[in-house]
Amino acid sequence: MEAVTLLQWAFDAVLGFALLWLAWRALASPDLFLAIVLFIAFGLLMALAWVRLDAPDVALAEAAIGAGLTGALLLAALARLESNNETKAAHEKDHEPEVHD
Amino acid sequence: MSHVFLYALVGTGLFTLGLYALIVHTHLLRKILAINVMGSGVFLVLVALAARARGAAPDPVPHAMVITGIVVAVSATALALALMVRVRAETGRAELSEERPE
Amino acid sequence: MKKTMNPKSMTESGKIRTPFRLLLMVLLSALAAGLGYAVSTLSSQSPGSGEWVAANLETSGVSNPVTAVLLNFRSYDTLLEMGVLLVALLGVWSLGGIPEQRESSPGPVLDTLSRLLVPVLILVAGYLLWVGAHAPGGAFQAGSVLGAAGVLLLLAGWRLDARFAGLPLRITLTTGLGVFVVVGAVLMLVGRRLLEYPPSFAGALILLIEAAATLSIGMTLAALFLGSRPEAGPDR
Repeated sequence: MEAVTLLQWAFDAVLGFALLWLAWRALASPDLFLAIVLFIAFGLLMALAWVRLDAPDVALAEAAIGAGLTGALLLAALARLESNNETKAAHEKDHEPEVHD
Repeated sequence: MSHVFLYALVGTGLFTLGLYALIVHTHLLRKILAINVMGSGVFLVLVALAARARGAAPDPVPHAMVITGIVVAVSATALALALMVRVRAETGRAELSEERPE
Repeated sequence: MKKTMNPKSMTESGKIRTPFRLLLMVLLSALAAGLGYAVSTLSSQSPGSGEWVAANLETSGVSNPVTAVLLNFRSYDTLLEMGVLLVALLGVWSLGGIPEQRESSPGPVLDTLSRLLVPVLILVAGYLLWVGAHAPGGAFQAGSVLGAAGVLLLLAGWRLDARFAGLPLRITLTTGLGVFVVVGAVLMLVGRRLLEYPPSFAGALILLIEAAATLSIGMTLAALFLGSRPEAGPDR
């Protein structure tokens, strides 16, 4: 009994620390793609936290939305930003001499 | 003190972390991530406090509110991302800065 | 990241000077300490509204307390939330002109995977919808699984046929909110309060609303992922 409780406390502590660390890395890492991937991992760990807090309904919603759909939305938006970036770069290169007149 | 207070504290930590990143970073995608982290922190506090009565079934009302909140958060994120892509298309950049673009 | 072409944006987070950053850290540490103190001094034995829900669960028509709260006791939350989803989609559509990128063909793995997974996801959504009455699950979970199936289809290059991109799509998107409002209005017409279900019909009404909401949530989430408004018109 005592050992089980201790194990649960250890699990909670590791999970809480991992949540904070993943959030920090997702918000501080210089690469946006890496940040999004870390954020998806953060969402998956949140689903684990909901299970630990006796909230299986929330865990189901978080696993489907927080980890799946939000990640897909973020990655699609990043892809759009970068494709936009390339066309913009080509555009600017074409007009470079005129700009510096 | 039971383990749920640990999660509630982690929730307040996530909220503060997200707020810091929201203020410090200038890239809009990073700001959207920060708002999502803040929201997750709030959800964590709500659900943790719902489970604090030891031995009893957790309070279902905060659970329902958090489920609603998760869906609202994803739709707001989608809208914010669409706005970000639009800002990028109009101004050529997805970052905020103090000097105004001429 | 191609940061070099735009020198103004080179310092992504370097705009804020160090003294301000330190001040911010101090202020936010104070905020975190205050919040942590507030949370840790809360009474550890608070009944909340759990007992009230448990006492009235029998009249709600379902036996899962979370579904009972979402679709009966606080169903106006869910009603307004369906509205929020629609407004977000309206906002995304009104931005218009997000260039849809023509990706190359999805490749054999994604193609086969989507063919295998989408029927399973639809089945899982149906299961979650049905099981929500007495176990974890419900309209939001089912709707988001349906939305994930839609996202998978969109990633594999599938697009809604132009015949369905006009009115049929909009009807599907608004079904959830529509059924909710109609049920609420009918209940008011027969002399009850808004969304106050009669206990004998509550289970059936909740299932009806949930089914419509699942469809709308799934479609809305997939449409939010697509971003631009699907082109309507006979020719493509």
